[in-house]
Amino acid sequence: MTYVLIFISAVFINNVVLSQILGICPFLGVSKKIDTAIGMGISVTFVIAIATLVTFLLMQYILIPFNLKFMQTISFILVIAALVQMVEIILKKVSPSLYQSLGVFLPLITTNCAVLGVAILVTKDDIYSKSLLLSMVYAISTAIGFALALIIFAGIREHLNIMNVPKAFQGIPVALIIAGILAMIFMGFTGIV
Amino acid sequence: MNKNLNILTNGILKENPVLVLLLGMCPTLGTTSSAINGFGMGIATAFVLVCSNLVISLLKNLIPDKVRIPAFIVIIASFVTVVEMIMQAYMPPLYESLGLFIPLIVVNCIVLGRAEAFASKNTPLSSTFDGIGMGAGFTLALTILGAVREFLGTGKIFDFPVYPEDYGLIIFVLPPGAFIVLGFLIVIVNKLKTTKN
Repeated sequence: MTYVLIFISAVFINNVVLSQILGICPFLGVSKKIDTAIGMGISVTFVIAIATLVTFLLMQYILIPFNLKFMQTISFILVIAALVQMVEIILKKVSPSLYQSLGVFLPLITTNCAVLGVAILVTKDDIYSKSLLLSMVYAISTAIGFALALIIFAGIREHLNIMNVPKAFQGIPVALIIAGILAMIFMGFTGIV
Repeated sequence: MNKNLNILTNGILKENPVLVLLLGMCPTLGTTSSAINGFGMGIATAFVLVCSNLVISLLKNLIPDKVRIPAFIVIIASFVTVVEMIMQAYMPPLYESLGLFIPLIVVNCIVLGRAEAFASKNTPLSSTFDGIGMGAGFTLALTILGAVREFLGTGKIFDFPVYPEDYGLIIFVLPPGAFIVLGFLIVIVNKLKTTKN
Protein backbone atom coordinates (compact mmCIF):
# COMPACT_ATOMS: atom_id res chain seq x y z
CA MET A 1 0.00 0.00 0.00
CA THR A 2 2.86 2.37 0.84
CA TYR A 3 4.22 1.89 -2.67
CA VAL A 4 0.86 2.79 -4.25
CA LEU A 5 0.62 5.91 -2.10
CA ILE A 6 4.15 6.98 -3.03
CA PHE A 7 3.33 6.39 -6.68
CA ILE A 8 0.09 8.42 -6.66
CA SER A 9 1.60 11.26 -4.67
CA ALA A 10 4.72 11.49 -6.88
CA VAL A 11 2.82 11.28 -10.18
CA PHE A 12 -0.21 13.46 -9.48
CA ILE A 13 0.00 15.46 -6.25
CA ASN A 14 3.67 16.45 -6.17
CA ASN A 15 4.18 16.25 -9.91
CA VAL A 16 7.83 17.02 -10.53
CA VAL A 17 7.19 19.53 -13.32
CA LEU A 18 3.89 21.14 -12.44
CA SER A 19 4.13 21.30 -8.67
CA GLN A 20 7.84 21.11 -7.77
CA ILE A 21 8.93 23.04 -10.90
CA LEU A 22 11.92 20.91 -11.85
CA GLY A 23 12.97 19.98 -15.37
CA ILE A 24 11.31 22.93 -17.09
CA CYS A 25 13.92 23.20 -19.88
CA PRO A 26 13.10 19.84 -21.52
CA PHE A 27 9.42 20.40 -20.64
CA LEU A 28 9.36 23.53 -22.81
CA GLY A 29 12.06 22.41 -25.25
CA VAL A 30 11.00 18.97 -26.46
CA SER A 31 7.22 19.21 -26.17
CA LYS A 32 6.42 20.23 -29.72
CA LYS A 33 5.56 16.69 -30.90
CA ILE A 34 4.05 13.75 -29.00
CA ASP A 35 6.59 11.28 -30.47
CA THR A 36 9.63 13.18 -29.21
CA ALA A 37 7.90 13.76 -25.87
CA ILE A 38 7.44 10.00 -25.43
CA GLY A 39 11.11 9.40 -26.35
CA MET A 40 12.28 12.01 -23.86
CA GLY A 41 9.95 10.64 -21.17
CA ILE A 42 11.35 7.12 -21.51
CA SER A 43 15.00 8.30 -21.55
CA VAL A 44 14.49 10.44 -18.45
CA THR A 45 12.79 7.58 -16.58
CA PHE A 46 15.72 5.34 -17.46
CA VAL A 47 18.36 7.84 -16.33
CA ILE A 48 16.55 8.93 -13.15
CA ALA A 49 16.20 5.30 -12.04
CA ILE A 50 19.89 4.47 -12.57
CA ALA A 51 21.13 7.81 -11.23
CA THR A 52 19.09 7.50 -8.03
CA LEU A 53 20.37 3.96 -7.47
CA VAL A 54 24.01 4.98 -7.89
CA THR A 55 23.83 8.26 -5.94
CA PHE A 56 21.96 6.53 -3.10
CA LEU A 57 24.72 3.95 -2.76
CA LEU A 58 27.41 6.63 -3.13
CA MET A 59 25.81 8.67 -0.34
CA GLN A 60 25.29 5.71 2.02
CA TYR A 61 28.60 3.91 1.58
CA ILE A 62 31.11 6.62 0.68
CA LEU A 63 30.04 10.16 1.52
CA ILE A 64 28.40 9.57 4.93
CA PRO A 65 30.99 7.07 6.38
CA PHE A 66 33.91 9.29 5.33
CA ASN A 67 32.15 12.46 6.48
CA LEU A 68 32.23 14.04 3.02
CA LYS A 69 28.64 15.26 2.84
CA PHE A 70 29.74 18.68 1.58
CA MET A 71 31.00 17.00 -1.59
CA GLN A 72 27.43 15.97 -2.44
CA THR A 73 26.75 18.46 -5.23
CA ILE A 74 30.08 17.94 -7.00
CA SER A 75 30.09 14.14 -6.78
CA PHE A 76 26.42 13.77 -7.76
CA ILE A 77 26.69 15.90 -10.88
CA LEU A 78 29.84 14.06 -11.97
CA VAL A 79 28.18 10.70 -11.40
CA ILE A 80 25.14 11.77 -13.40
CA ALA A 81 27.24 13.14 -16.26
CA ALA A 82 29.30 9.94 -16.36
CA LEU A 83 26.17 7.77 -16.17
CA VAL A 84 24.50 9.54 -19.06
CA GLN A 85 27.63 9.05 -21.13
CA MET A 86 27.78 5.38 -20.15
CA VAL A 87 24.10 4.74 -20.87
CA GLU A 88 24.66 6.28 -24.28
CA ILE A 89 27.64 4.00 -25.05
CA ILE A 90 25.92 0.85 -23.76
CA LEU A 91 22.71 1.55 -25.66
CA LYS A 92 24.69 2.11 -28.85
CA LYS A 93 26.18 -1.39 -28.58
CA VAL A 94 23.28 -3.36 -27.08
CA SER A 95 20.24 -1.89 -28.79
CA PRO A 96 21.04 0.30 -31.79
CA SER A 97 17.35 0.76 -32.62
CA LEU A 98 16.55 2.15 -29.16
CA TYR A 99 19.69 4.29 -29.39
CA GLN A 100 18.51 5.67 -32.71
CA SER A 101 15.19 6.77 -31.25
CA LEU A 102 16.58 8.11 -27.93
CA GLY A 103 19.98 9.27 -29.20
CA VAL A 104 19.38 12.97 -29.48
CA PHE A 105 17.80 13.29 -26.01
CA LEU A 106 20.45 11.51 -23.98
CA PRO A 107 23.11 14.27 -23.83
CA LEU A 108 20.42 16.77 -22.88
CA ILE A 109 19.51 14.82 -19.76
CA THR A 110 22.70 15.76 -17.86
CA THR A 111 21.40 19.31 -17.52
CA ASN A 112 17.87 18.22 -16.64
CA CYS A 113 17.50 19.45 -13.09
CA ALA A 114 14.87 16.80 -12.33
CA VAL A 115 17.63 14.13 -12.31
CA LEU A 116 19.92 15.92 -9.85
CA GLY A 117 16.84 17.22 -7.98
CA VAL A 118 15.44 13.76 -7.31
CA ALA A 119 18.88 12.41 -6.31
CA ILE A 120 19.30 15.22 -3.75
CA LEU A 121 15.68 15.08 -2.51
CA VAL A 122 16.05 11.36 -1.77
CA THR A 123 19.10 11.97 0.43
CA LYS A 124 17.37 14.80 2.32
CA ASP A 125 14.11 12.96 3.03
CA ASP A 126 13.86 11.13 6.37
CA ILE A 127 12.04 8.06 5.03
CA TYR A 128 13.61 7.63 1.60
CA SER A 129 17.18 8.11 2.79
CA LYS A 130 16.89 4.92 4.87
CA SER A 131 15.44 2.52 2.31
CA LEU A 132 16.80 1.89 -1.16
CA LEU A 133 13.56 0.22 -2.30
CA LEU A 134 11.35 3.15 -1.27
CA SER A 135 13.81 5.56 -2.90
CA MET A 136 13.68 3.65 -6.16
CA VAL A 137 9.85 3.53 -6.11
CA TYR A 138 9.79 7.28 -5.48
CA ALA A 139 12.36 8.02 -8.22
CA ILE A 140 10.61 5.93 -10.86
CA SER A 141 7.18 7.36 -9.94
CA THR A 142 8.59 10.89 -10.20
CA ALA A 143 10.02 10.08 -13.61
CA ILE A 144 6.65 8.71 -14.74
CA GLY A 145 5.06 11.94 -13.51
CA PHE A 146 7.55 13.88 -15.63
CA ALA A 147 6.75 11.75 -18.70
CA LEU A 148 3.00 12.15 -18.10
CA ALA A 149 3.18 15.94 -17.82
CA LEU A 150 5.44 16.13 -20.88
CA ILE A 151 3.14 13.98 -23.05
CA ILE A 152 -0.04 15.83 -22.03
CA PHE A 153 1.67 19.14 -22.70
CA ALA A 154 2.95 17.96 -26.10
CA GLY A 155 -0.57 16.92 -27.03
CA ILE A 156 -1.88 20.39 -26.22
CA ARG A 157 0.96 22.09 -28.10
CA GLU A 158 0.31 20.01 -31.22
CA HIS A 159 -3.21 21.40 -31.27
CA LEU A 160 -1.86 24.88 -30.66
CA ASN A 161 -0.06 24.80 -34.00
CA ILE A 162 -3.32 25.13 -35.90
CA MET A 163 -4.67 27.89 -33.62
CA ASN A 164 -4.50 31.58 -34.37
CA VAL A 165 -2.25 32.91 -31.56
CA PRO A 166 -1.52 36.68 -31.29
CA LYS A 167 2.02 37.47 -32.46
CA ALA A 168 3.48 38.54 -29.10
CA PHE A 169 2.14 35.35 -27.49
CA GLN A 170 3.55 32.91 -30.05
CA GLY A 171 5.98 30.21 -28.97
CA ILE A 172 7.11 30.13 -25.34
CA PRO A 173 4.70 32.69 -23.74
CA VAL A 174 1.50 30.88 -24.70
CA ALA A 175 3.14 27.57 -23.76
CA LEU A 176 3.97 28.97 -20.29
CA ILE A 177 0.42 30.20 -19.77
CA ILE A 178 -0.97 26.78 -20.78
CA ALA A 179 1.52 25.11 -18.42
CA GLY A 180 0.12 27.37 -15.67
CA ILE A 181 -3.43 26.21 -16.39
CA LEU A 182 -2.21 22.59 -16.46
CA ALA A 183 -0.55 23.15 -13.08
CA MET A 184 -3.86 24.46 -11.72
CA ILE A 185 -5.56 21.27 -12.95
CA PHE A 186 -2.94 19.15 -11.17
CA MET A 187 -3.56 21.19 -7.99
CA GLY A 188 -7.01 19.61 -8.03
CA PHE A 189 -5.40 16.29 -7.04
CA THR A 190 -4.26 17.77 -3.70
CA GLY A 191 -5.74 15.86 -0.81
CA ILE A 192 -6.67 12.61 -2.56
CA VAL A 193 -4.05 10.68 -0.57
CA MET B 1 36.68 49.86 -21.58
CA ASN B 2 33.80 50.84 -23.85
CA LYS B 3 33.63 47.29 -25.13
CA ASN B 4 33.39 45.93 -21.59
CA LEU B 5 30.58 48.39 -20.81
CA ASN B 6 28.74 47.08 -23.86
CA ILE B 7 29.17 43.50 -22.63
CA LEU B 8 27.82 44.57 -19.26
CA THR B 9 24.62 46.22 -20.52
CA ASN B 10 24.15 43.51 -23.14
CA GLY B 11 23.45 40.93 -20.43
CA ILE B 12 21.04 43.17 -18.55
CA LEU B 13 18.84 44.37 -21.41
CA LYS B 14 19.41 43.17 -24.95
CA GLU B 15 20.26 39.59 -24.10
CA ASN B 16 18.51 39.23 -20.77
CA PRO B 17 19.02 35.54 -19.95
CA VAL B 18 15.49 34.96 -18.66
CA LEU B 19 13.23 37.27 -20.64
CA VAL B 20 15.01 37.18 -24.02
CA LEU B 21 17.26 34.10 -24.17
CA LEU B 22 14.79 32.01 -22.11
CA LEU B 23 17.51 30.15 -20.18
CA GLY B 24 17.47 28.93 -16.62
CA MET B 25 13.72 28.46 -16.33
CA CYS B 26 13.70 26.13 -13.32
CA PRO B 27 15.08 28.53 -10.67
CA THR B 28 13.21 31.38 -12.35
CA LEU B 29 9.87 29.70 -11.81
CA GLY B 30 10.70 27.73 -8.68
CA THR B 31 12.14 30.38 -6.38
CA THR B 32 10.21 33.56 -7.17
CA SER B 33 7.33 33.16 -4.73
CA SER B 34 8.41 36.52 -3.24
CA ALA B 35 10.64 39.40 -4.36
CA ILE B 36 13.26 38.75 -1.70
CA ASN B 37 13.55 35.04 -2.62
CA GLY B 38 13.96 35.93 -6.28
CA PHE B 39 16.60 38.52 -5.41
CA GLY B 40 18.50 36.05 -3.19
CA MET B 41 18.48 33.38 -5.88
CA GLY B 42 19.60 35.94 -8.46
CA ILE B 43 22.55 37.07 -6.34
CA ALA B 44 23.61 33.49 -5.59
CA THR B 45 23.54 32.59 -9.29
CA ALA B 46 25.33 35.85 -10.23
CA PHE B 47 28.12 35.05 -7.76
CA VAL B 48 28.61 31.58 -9.25
CA LEU B 49 28.45 33.02 -12.76
CA VAL B 50 31.10 35.71 -12.14
CA CYS B 51 33.50 33.36 -10.34
CA SER B 52 33.15 30.49 -12.82
CA ASN B 53 33.49 32.84 -15.81
CA LEU B 54 36.68 34.32 -14.34
CA VAL B 55 38.26 30.98 -13.43
CA ILE B 56 37.32 29.28 -16.68
CA SER B 57 38.71 32.11 -18.79
CA LEU B 58 41.95 31.97 -16.78
CA LEU B 59 42.23 28.21 -17.25
CA LYS B 60 40.97 28.04 -20.83
CA ASN B 61 44.42 27.28 -22.29
CA LEU B 62 45.17 24.56 -19.72
CA ILE B 63 41.95 22.56 -20.15
CA PRO B 64 42.10 20.02 -23.01
CA ASP B 65 39.31 20.55 -25.48
CA LYS B 66 37.92 17.01 -25.16
CA VAL B 67 37.23 17.14 -21.44
CA ARG B 68 36.23 20.79 -21.23
CA ILE B 69 32.55 20.22 -20.33
CA PRO B 70 33.27 17.95 -17.30
CA ALA B 71 36.03 20.36 -16.24
CA PHE B 72 33.62 23.32 -16.44
CA ILE B 73 31.02 21.40 -14.43
CA VAL B 74 33.54 20.64 -11.66
CA ILE B 75 34.57 24.32 -11.45
CA ILE B 76 30.92 25.44 -11.35
CA ALA B 77 30.00 22.79 -8.78
CA SER B 78 32.83 23.94 -6.49
CA PHE B 79 31.52 27.52 -6.47
CA VAL B 80 27.97 26.28 -5.92
CA THR B 81 29.19 24.38 -2.86
CA VAL B 82 30.86 27.59 -1.60
CA VAL B 83 27.60 29.54 -2.05
CA GLU B 84 25.65 26.77 -0.34
CA MET B 85 27.95 26.82 2.70
CA ILE B 86 27.98 30.63 2.97
CA MET B 87 24.18 30.79 2.78
CA GLN B 88 23.74 28.01 5.32
CA ALA B 89 26.05 29.80 7.74
CA TYR B 90 24.96 33.43 7.37
CA MET B 91 21.46 33.40 5.83
CA PRO B 92 19.62 30.37 7.25
CA PRO B 93 16.06 31.65 6.49
CA LEU B 94 16.88 32.31 2.82
CA TYR B 95 18.73 28.98 2.65
CA GLU B 96 15.62 27.22 3.97
CA SER B 97 13.22 28.87 1.54
CA LEU B 98 15.40 28.36 -1.54
CA GLY B 99 16.17 24.79 -0.43
CA LEU B 100 16.80 22.40 -3.28
CA PHE B 101 17.32 25.16 -5.82
CA ILE B 102 20.74 26.18 -4.45
CA PRO B 103 22.54 22.91 -5.38
CA LEU B 104 20.58 23.02 -8.63
CA ILE B 105 22.50 26.15 -9.73
CA VAL B 106 25.00 23.57 -11.07
CA VAL B 107 22.59 22.52 -13.80
CA ASN B 108 21.41 26.06 -14.58
CA CYS B 109 21.85 26.41 -18.34
CA ILE B 110 22.97 30.05 -18.02
CA VAL B 111 26.12 29.25 -16.05
CA LEU B 112 27.34 26.42 -18.28
CA GLY B 113 26.10 28.26 -21.36
CA ARG B 114 28.16 31.40 -20.64
CA ALA B 115 31.20 29.26 -19.74
CA GLU B 116 31.02 27.50 -23.08
CA ALA B 117 29.91 30.41 -25.26
CA PHE B 118 31.84 33.30 -23.72
CA ALA B 119 34.42 32.53 -21.02
CA SER B 120 36.19 29.79 -22.96
CA LYS B 121 36.89 32.22 -25.80
CA ASN B 122 37.50 35.62 -24.17
CA THR B 123 39.90 37.40 -21.81
CA PRO B 124 39.42 37.16 -18.02
CA LEU B 125 38.41 40.84 -17.77
CA SER B 126 35.65 40.76 -20.37
CA SER B 127 34.49 37.35 -19.06
CA THR B 128 34.09 38.88 -15.60
CA PHE B 129 32.07 41.74 -17.07
CA ASP B 130 29.95 39.25 -18.98
CA GLY B 131 29.34 37.37 -15.73
CA ILE B 132 28.34 40.56 -13.92
CA GLY B 133 26.05 41.65 -16.77
CA MET B 134 24.34 38.28 -17.14
CA GLY B 135 24.08 37.89 -13.37
CA ALA B 136 22.53 41.34 -13.03
CA GLY B 137 20.07 40.60 -15.85
CA PHE B 138 19.11 37.31 -14.19
CA THR B 139 18.72 38.98 -10.77
CA LEU B 140 16.64 41.79 -12.27
CA ALA B 141 14.28 39.38 -14.05
CA LEU B 142 13.86 37.19 -10.95
CA THR B 143 13.26 40.18 -8.69
CA ILE B 144 10.61 41.62 -11.04
CA LEU B 145 8.90 38.24 -11.37
CA GLY B 146 9.03 37.73 -7.59
CA ALA B 147 7.70 41.23 -6.90
CA VAL B 148 4.76 40.82 -9.33
CA ARG B 149 3.84 37.45 -7.86
CA GLU B 150 4.16 38.70 -4.28
CA PHE B 151 2.09 41.81 -5.10
CA LEU B 152 -0.72 39.87 -6.81
CA GLY B 153 -0.65 37.01 -4.35
CA THR B 154 -0.27 38.63 -0.94
CA GLY B 155 -0.53 42.37 -1.51
CA LYS B 156 3.04 43.07 -0.47
CA ILE B 157 6.28 44.07 -2.21
CA PHE B 158 9.52 43.15 -0.40
CA ASP B 159 7.32 42.37 2.64
CA PHE B 160 5.96 45.95 2.57
CA PRO B 161 2.12 45.80 2.64
CA VAL B 162 0.43 47.67 -0.24
CA TYR B 163 -3.15 46.43 0.07
CA PRO B 164 -4.87 44.05 2.53
CA GLU B 165 -3.69 40.47 2.22
CA ASP B 166 -7.26 39.12 2.06
CA TYR B 167 -7.73 40.56 -1.42
CA GLY B 168 -4.65 38.77 -2.78
CA LEU B 169 -5.05 35.86 -5.18
CA ILE B 170 -2.99 33.16 -3.48
CA ILE B 171 -2.73 31.22 -6.77
CA PHE B 172 -0.02 33.65 -7.90
CA VAL B 173 2.30 32.54 -5.09
CA LEU B 174 1.70 28.87 -5.96
CA PRO B 175 3.38 27.11 -8.95
CA PRO B 176 0.60 27.87 -11.53
CA GLY B 177 1.07 31.60 -10.92
CA ALA B 178 4.78 31.31 -11.74
CA PHE B 179 4.07 29.95 -15.22
CA ILE B 180 1.34 32.49 -15.96
CA VAL B 181 3.16 35.61 -14.69
CA LEU B 182 6.38 34.67 -16.55
CA GLY B 183 4.35 34.03 -19.70
CA PHE B 184 2.82 37.50 -19.55
CA LEU B 185 6.18 39.15 -18.72
CA ILE B 186 7.70 37.61 -21.87
CA VAL B 187 4.68 38.80 -23.86
CA ILE B 188 5.32 42.37 -22.62
CA VAL B 189 9.02 42.13 -23.57
CA ASN B 190 8.10 40.78 -27.04
CA LYS B 191 5.61 43.61 -27.51
CA LEU B 192 8.21 46.22 -26.49
CA LYS B 193 10.75 44.72 -28.91
CA THR B 194 8.36 44.86 -31.87
CA THR B 195 7.19 48.42 -31.18
CA LYS B 196 10.82 49.56 -30.84
CA ASN B 197 11.65 48.13 -34.25
